[in-house]
Amino acid sequence: MASQYSKELLLTMYRKMYLIRRFEERTDQQYKQGKIAGFCHLYIGQEAVAVGPNEAIRPDDYMLSAYRDHGQPLARGSDPGMVMAELFGRSTGYSKGKGGSMHIFDIEHHFYGGYGIVGAQIPLAAGMAFASRYRNEDRVTVCYFGDAAANQGSFHETFNMAAKWKLPVIYICENNRYGMGTAIGRVAAVPEIHKRAAAYNMRGEAVDGMDCLKMYEAVKDAAEYCRAGKGPVLLEANTYRFRGHSVVDPASYRKKEEVEEERKNDPIPKLREYTLKKKLATEAEFEAIDEEVKAQVDAAVKFADESPEPSLDELWRDTIVEPGEEDVRPRERVLGMKVKWPSYPSGQELKVTWDLEPREHAEREDKKAGLAR
Amino acid sequence: MAELMYREALNQALAEEMERDANVFLIGEEVGRYNGAFKVSLGLLDRFGSARIIDAPISELGFAGLGVGAAMVGLRPVVEMMTWNFAILAMDQIVNNAAKLRHMSGGQLRCPIVFRGPGGAGGRLSSQHSQALEANYAHFPGLKVIAPATPADAKGMLKSAIRDENPVIMFEGERLYAIKGEVPEGEHVVPIGKADVKREGKDVSIITWSRMYYFCEEAAKQLEQEGISVEILDLRTLRPLDEEAILATVRKTNRVVIVEEGWALAGVGASVVDIIQSKAFDDLDAPVVRVTGLDVNMSYAANLENATQPDAPKIIDAVKKVLYREGA
Ligand SMILES: Cc1ncc(C[n+]2csc(CCOP(=O)(O)OP(=O)(O)O)c2C)c(N)n1
Repeated sequence: MASQYSKELLLTMYRKMYLIRRFEERTDQQYKQGKIAGFCHLYIGQEAVAVGPNEAIRPDDYMLSAYRDHGQPLARGSDPGMVMAELFGRSTGYSKGKGGSMHIFDIEHHFYGGYGIVGAQIPLAAGMAFASRYRNEDRVTVCYFGDAAANQGSFHETFNMAAKWKLPVIYICENNRYGMGTAIGRVAAVPEIHKRAAAYNMRGEAVDGMDCLKMYEAVKDAAEYCRAGKGPVLLEANTYRFRGHSVVDPASYRKKEEVEEERKNDPIPKLREYTLKKKLATEAEFEAIDEEVKAQVDAAVKFADESPEPSLDELWRDTIVEPGEEDVRPRERVLGMKVKWPSYPSGQELKVTWDLEPREHAEREDKKAGLAR
Repeated sequence: MAELMYREALNQALAEEMERDANVFLIGEEVGRYNGAFKVSLGLLDRFGSARIIDAPISELGFAGLGVGAAMVGLRPVVEMMTWNFAILAMDQIVNNAAKLRHMSGGQLRCPIVFRGPGGAGGRLSSQHSQALEANYAHFPGLKVIAPATPADAKGMLKSAIRDENPVIMFEGERLYAIKGEVPEGEHVVPIGKADVKREGKDVSIITWSRMYYFCEEAAKQLEQEGISVEILDLRTLRPLDEEAILATVRKTNRVVIVEEGWALAGVGASVVDIIQSKAFDDLDAPVVRVTGLDVNMSYAANLENATQPDAPKIIDAVKKVLYREGA
C-alpha cells in the first residue's frame, strides 16, 4: 500500500527527530564534562511531539514551550551551533548566553521561548493568538506544556479565555507522565489532561505522542480548525521521557521495566521502519542522514566550545529597550546572515475588524437602535 | 486649559492613544460595559468596540499574561488591574515574564505593555484592599514604575507609558481619581524618569510621590506660616529614579524628609536615602527623616486606619526634626 506521505516529508521528520536525539545525547555528555551548567532538561523520547506538529504548521506560525525547550527550536530550523552555544553560555548563543538551556528564543523562526516557571507560557500563547485575531491574520500559535503544568492556575484561567474568545491556539500537553518525580496520577484529579477541555467547551483529544505521523495529523487538523476561527484545541500527546527530569536526575522513582517497555515505542526507529516498509527510502539513505546529522552536531559542539564568553558590558544590555534601539537578530549578529525579521503593522495601517463578543455586541447595537429583545 | 478629574485625564489619555494607534487595546475586569470599576474607561467601549475594550474574567494572572503575549508580537496592551492588591495574583506574569523577556531572549523580544490601576490605602477597606505596593515593582530590572500625583501628570505619563517600548507599571491613586486639576488638551506628554519640583522652597526638601504629595502640600502651607520654606519634589517615576533631581534638591536645601505611603522596610524611600548618603552626604545638614506607613497591616477601624498612614501633622513633625526645631 502506498503511503499518503511524501518521501520528502518523512525524511525531513526523520532528520529532525534524529538531530534532536543526537543533539541531546551530546548535550548530556557536555553537561557531564562541565561545559553546560544550570538546569538542563533533555527531550530524549519526546522528539515526535516537537517534529510532527512543526511540519503540520506554517513556518510563520508562532510556537513556544517550557524549559524542556531544545527540541522545538531545532524542529523549527534554529541553528544547532547557536543553540549549543546558548547552553554553553557563550556570546554566540541565541540569547548571547543570557538565557541558557531553559530560555531558548529564536524569533526569526518564530520560536517565542522556553520558560522556567511551570505553566507561565500558557497565557502568553493565548496573547499571541489574540494578536493574530486582532490583526486579522490566520496564524496559529502552538504552545507546549507538561502534564504537571496542567495543574497550574494559568492553565485554567487561560483556557477559559481562549475558549470564550475562540483564540487560534493549539495547546499541546506533553504528558510524559511525570512532573519531576511525581507521577501525574498522584497529583491530578483528572490525569487524562485532554478531558479537561470539556470543562471549557473546547476541543480536546489524546494523541499517540510516540508517533510522529499521528502528531502531524492531529496538528494539521487542529490548525485548520483554529484558522477557521472555531477556537482553541487541546491535544494531549501521550509520550515518555527516556531520561530523568533533568540531566542530573537518575529517575529512580520509575521502575526499570517501565522504561524498558516504553523504549520499545521509540519514535525514531518507528518512523524509519514505516518509511522503509513503504519503500520510500533505503537503509543507505537513512545511514547517510545519520552521518550528516552526527557531523552537524559535532560541528555544533565545536562551534560552541570555540565561542567566546559574553563580554562584561553585555550585563548592561537587553534589560530595557532604549529609544530607537533595534532588536537583536541572532543569526545576523553571529553568522552574518541576512534574516527575515517579523514586522508588525503600525497603528495607522492596522484595521481592527474583529468583534470579540459578536452576539452581545449585536444586542447592544439593537438596544441602541431602540429595538426591543 | 480644562479642569479635569484625575480619572478623566486618564480616560482622555487612553482615548487619544487608542485613536492614534490601533495596536493599543485595553483589557481588564469591568473595563467595558461597566465602564471601569473606577470609571477610568467610561465610554470607551462605545467608541472603540469590544475587540479593543475587553472585559476580562476575574483571572488576573491569565489576562496579564495574555497581554504580555500580545505585546511580544507587536500589540500595545493596556492591562487594567482593578486594584494593585489583586495584581499580586498576576505578579508572576509581570515579573517573571514581562520584565525578563528582553533579557532572556538576548535582546530579540520587546514587551511594550502597560499595567495600570489604583494603589494605596484608605476608604475603610482593611488589610487586603489597602496597600501601597509600588516598592515591590520598583525592585525589578526590566520594569518602569510610575506614580503620578496630579491629573496633568496622569494624562501625560499614561501617554508616555503607552508609547514606551518596555513594560510600565502605573500606580494611580484610588483616592486621587476624583481630584481635579488643569490638564492640557491633546498632545500632552510627560516623560518617564523625570521628577518634578511641585513647590519651590529653600529650607527643607520633601521628596514624595502619588497621593502623599497632597499631604506634603498641606504640611508645606502650614509650615510656611511658621516661616519655614519647603520644597516638594514629586518623584513621579520610581524606576528609574531621577537621581539628578534628587541630588539637586538636596544641594539646594540641605535637609530632606521623604514621605512614602508604603512600609518603611525595603521601601522606595530607603533607596532615595541611599542615593543621598552616597552621593550628597556632605550636603546634608541633618540626617534624612522618613515618614512612612506604620509597619503594620491596615485596620478597618477609622482611628487605626488614620494612625497607620502618613498625614500632614506627621510630616510637619519630621520637617521640624530635620530643622532641629522645637516640638519635633
Ligand atoms: C511554578 C514552578 N513550580 C515548580 C517548579 C520546579 N519544577 C520545574 S519542572 C517541574 C515539573 C514539571 O513537570 P511537567 O510540567 O509535567 O513537565 P515535564 O518536566 O514533564 O516536561 C517542577 C516541579 C518550577 N519551575 N516552577
